[in-house]
Amino acid sequence: MKIIVCIKQVPDTTEVKLDPVTGTLIREGVPSIINPDDKSGIEAALQLKERLPGSTVTILSMGLPQVDVAMREALAMGADDAILLSDRPLGGADTWATSSTVAAAIKKLDYDLIICGRQAIDGDTAQVGPQIAEHLGLPQVTYVEAIEAASEEQLVVRRQFEDRYHIVEVKLPCLITTLSELNAPRYMSVGGVFDAYREKTVQLWNLENIKDTVDMDSIGLKGSPTRVAKSGTKEVKGQGELFEVNPDEAVAVILEKLTAKHII
Amino acid sequence: MSKHVFVFAEQRDGVVQKVSYELIGEARRLAGELAQQVVAVLVGADVGKSARSLIAAGADEVIVIEHPILKEYVTEPYAKAVYAVVQARAPEIFLYGATAIGRDLAPRVSARVHTGLTADCTSLAIDSETKDLRMTRPAFGGNIMATILCSNHRPQMATVRPGVMQALEPDDTRTGSITKFDVAFTDADMNITIRQVVKASKKAADITEAKVLVSGGRGIGSPEAFETLRALADAFGGEISSSRANVDAGWIGRERQVGQTGKTVRPDLYVACGISGAIQHLAGMEDAEYILAINKNKEAPIFGVADLGIVGDVNVIVPKLTEALKKRQA
Repeated sequence: MKIIVCIKQVPDTTEVKLDPVTGTLIREGVPSIINPDDKSGIEAALQLKERLPGSTVTILSMGLPQVDVAMREALAMGADDAILLSDRPLGGADTWATSSTVAAAIKKLDYDLIICGRQAIDGDTAQVGPQIAEHLGLPQVTYVEAIEAASEEQLVVRRQFEDRYHIVEVKLPCLITTLSELNAPRYMSVGGVFDAYREKTVQLWNLENIKDTVDMDSIGLKGSPTRVAKSGTKEVKGQGELFEVNPDEAVAVILEKLTAKHII
Repeated sequence: MSKHVFVFAEQRDGVVQKVSYELIGEARRLAGELAQQVVAVLVGADVGKSARSLIAAGADEVIVIEHPILKEYVTEPYAKAVYAVVQARAPEIFLYGATAIGRDLAPRVSARVHTGLTADCTSLAIDSETKDLRMTRPAFGGNIMATILCSNHRPQMATVRPGVMQALEPDDTRTGSITKFDVAFTDADMNITIRQVVKASKKAADITEAKVLVSGGRGIGSPEAFETLRALADAFGGEISSSRANVDAGWIGRERQVGQTGKTVRPDLYVACGISGAIQHLAGMEDAEYILAINKNKEAPIFGVADLGIVGDVNVIVPKLTEALKKRQA
């Protein structure tokens, strides 16, 4: 099975803190990581490769040249190839333009299965996976929480909903999006890290590589239907009252305030 | 020319989901500003009987697409149905719930239509000059608010999380039209096979519906402490919820997680017990009507959003508060 895993390098938003004085975001020193849902996608691909000998795992990402670090990490986990699509005109893309561009790159490759993480922690949109599937005309199964069976022809996966799950059979080629609950991604091995930097390469692609599959009107900021009109930190709600008293007094204060507000 | 505010009326087993009524309430307000109509799109196997409830909730028209292929949600048949409506009716705006269905369907439709889509919006407004839809959403873990426009493509599409918008009081005297809409499905549209549908055995408590939430963070110290919180929640007639840390630790189910990667809640009272208040958590609860925070650490960010902050040990204060409440009620 030829598997392509689409990944995104993201700032680790769980490490983001607020400046207690200004209430603004402290961005300095926030580490970049492989988006967690995508990392589960890589792990899922590697497990499929173990199940189906002869399979290959190719990592694909669009981003700045420094995404190389994330690509090396994926290679060190055990992926076979990595392609980083990076070009100035691709910047500022919304999900529509991103998915159009990534789909154009995928059209240049041989594949049976495309795996995307469900959503990235910096944007939380969950849109790029389904949009790639549409651009490629592939069946999609999103919110995959388990892979029950796999062959060269099809996958059987568990698709999560809020109140139920479906056991779904999907023929290849197809696209699935993975949840981080799907598995516990393996660590890089020492040998893997060595290979990732010495034996394996990250292919750097630019627009030239996808010129016959890409629609130049569908890339970057210019090709994005949506625009950010305004962005800013959230207004911080005014602080209420703070009491540092003994537990009995605390209970009395709580009851008094909740009664005054007609909550109890 | 594109016109009207459309809402995807999500249903499961024929039951219209609450988020759909909330979206219709919001669509009513937007349509009012545009002097246009609210159109609900109801897609399913045997769902026509629910159309009236959508009119009572504020829809002027309900487009009903019924077919056996639509019994369970599957991307392609649903995308085909919604796409056909977009083609036939050219909506100005199209709203979806940001659910495991809406977040699968809407991006697929947006790619097919070639229009933009803004995920998980927390507020929607009509620009007073251009009449474009201003879609505001949290990004970057919840602390940045971005306002998104989709000026040159129609429909302007957005998903909105359950619990964010307000449904109107149902009014059975409201009038509206019900339009049957045919889509030519073929067997090929069913491009996956559902082998099995497994429903959650008992309906998990929905924390987005609770009037009072007693929520535990890392500071409660042990999984057993949720029993203490449960007693307080019972005294309030509410539910328990959690920050992400305790969910990741396996102390409580993920369906009770509040925050950026969990659920957005806006109860009348939110009692944050031993929750430090990481921005990802605040993003999910700061719109609660009243926030009571109990935390040992005076510097905890949760106190920045709390209406009432108590510096102290939750495991001491919560049982005492429970007792005091019970005494009052006795």
